Amino acid sequence: MSTSTHNPGSPLPQLEGHSSTGRLERVLRSGQFAVTAELAPPDSALAEDVYERARLFDGYVDGMNATDGSGAHCHMSSVAMCALLTNIGYSPVLQISCRDKNRIAIQGDVLGAAAMGVSNVLCLSGDGVQVGDHPEAKPVFDLDSMSLLETIRIMRDESRFLSGRPITTPPQMFIGGAENPSAPPFDYRPHRLAKKIAAGAQFIQTQYVFDIEHLRVFMAKSRDLGLLEQCFIIPGVGPLASARTALWIRNNVPGIHIPDTIIKRLETAKEPKQEGRKICVELIQQIREIEGVSGVHVMAYRQEEAVGEIIQQSGVLDGRVPWYPGCELQSNSA
Amino acid sequence: MNKIRQWSVTHSRKLEGLYHNFEPLLMKLHPLFKKLGYGRLEKPVRVVEKAIKGLMFDCQMCGKCALGSTGMSCPMNCPKSIRNGPCGGVRLNGNCEIKPEMRCVWVEAWRGSQQMRDTAAIQQVQIPVNHLLKDSSSWLRVVREDFAARDNEAAQ
Repeated sequence: MSTSTHNPGSPLPQLEGHSSTGRLERVLRSGQFAVTAELAPPDSALAEDVYERARLFDGYVDGMNATDGSGAHCHMSSVAMCALLTNIGYSPVLQISCRDKNRIAIQGDVLGAAAMGVSNVLCLSGDGVQVGDHPEAKPVFDLDSMSLLETIRIMRDESRFLSGRPITTPPQMFIGGAENPSAPPFDYRPHRLAKKIAAGAQFIQTQYVFDIEHLRVFMAKSRDLGLLEQCFIIPGVGPLASARTALWIRNNVPGIHIPDTIIKRLETAKEPKQEGRKICVELIQQIREIEGVSGVHVMAYRQEEAVGEIIQQSGVLDGRVPWYPGCELQSNSA
Repeated sequence: MNKIRQWSVTHSRKLEGLYHNFEPLLMKLHPLFKKLGYGRLEKPVRVVEKAIKGLMFDCQMCGKCALGSTGMSCPMNCPKSIRNGPCGGVRLNGNCEIKPEMRCVWVEAWRGSQQMRDTAAIQQVQIPVNHLLKDSSSWLRVVREDFAARDNEAAQ
């Protein structure tokens, strides 16, 4: 980090028509196929633990999502991770779950994160506390993912809090939401996407897609509703470690639908872990062929080291190398 | 209670019609409400409203009734109190991720909403709940706010 001329943590100039100064928005608006990945937060108070995890994705991703107490488990906060990552130029996606904070805390976090240079935010309702490591905790759910989207849009575009009190410098955020094409009621999901766009969503990262047909139907209906011109859709994927893991996820994690064909492939494979990654690569390639898809979001829980290999094998970057700290030095010496 | 709640969703259109007849009746009572005092009426009306809507919808008396746009499925029964659902955790059988034995209130809301007059009402983004209104009568508020708006208009 010894560049004397430019600090990678300084914000980039905001381009015409962009909501943020971030790299992720730039990549998406330029029409390139974007890659994002989920960054597992450490259970430690050490900044280096965050950097170490982020480095695994260097050169493969345009943005990384710092999860916010995912699965209702306690970890380092998303705001802090995003601040650390932004400091050295990364383009993290701040995740906000409505489970743990009320509207006062959330709006404060949004201002603080934006002040530290965070450009992207993903609005989530969050898992119930029951599935986490503190099931006795009080679930907050003061807002929901939809009203959270609207809240941040109001803060950014109307320079005010929900209360109406003015904000002197609004947060320049690129705002995203989640959707799940594999959860009932299937016929409502595209309409819910429309509702999220109306509330403020500019990009969508979906839950894991293992059933490509669900995604195809969702995308086709969303296209018919004219939604794909208004929002970037980034479907979620991830490698499964084994048939046992897949079955456990299918039976215990609501909202993730894994078809029998995938479980069978993992069962009969000699090296299930490799097979899981191969399936993930194939899914990415199939997803890329679907009209209107803008990128892919890789959630490789406990297999983060495989993300680079998966992206490379999928070929979706077409030789493009997303920015990472120090990449300028690499290309100069090459 | 679950059975009655589902019955209400199944008959969302009829209940909507019923309410459309009931609301003008409430409006007609405004002079009487005013004479007796809205403050004094709050408690007895709340008891009646809670009894009826509690039975029909498992109403939680949030004070800002959304049944008209949620297919007569009360969103406050969602364990995440989501006012703009459903979340992504709905089980394949349409049940709640947190209470596996319960039908997702938003799967029900979608079903009920499609039978009502304005099938697009469910698309309206519901603002966050005003927790100051908890345990107050939604019926009285509707009348009071309507007449306050009329008075405002007249004053201008």
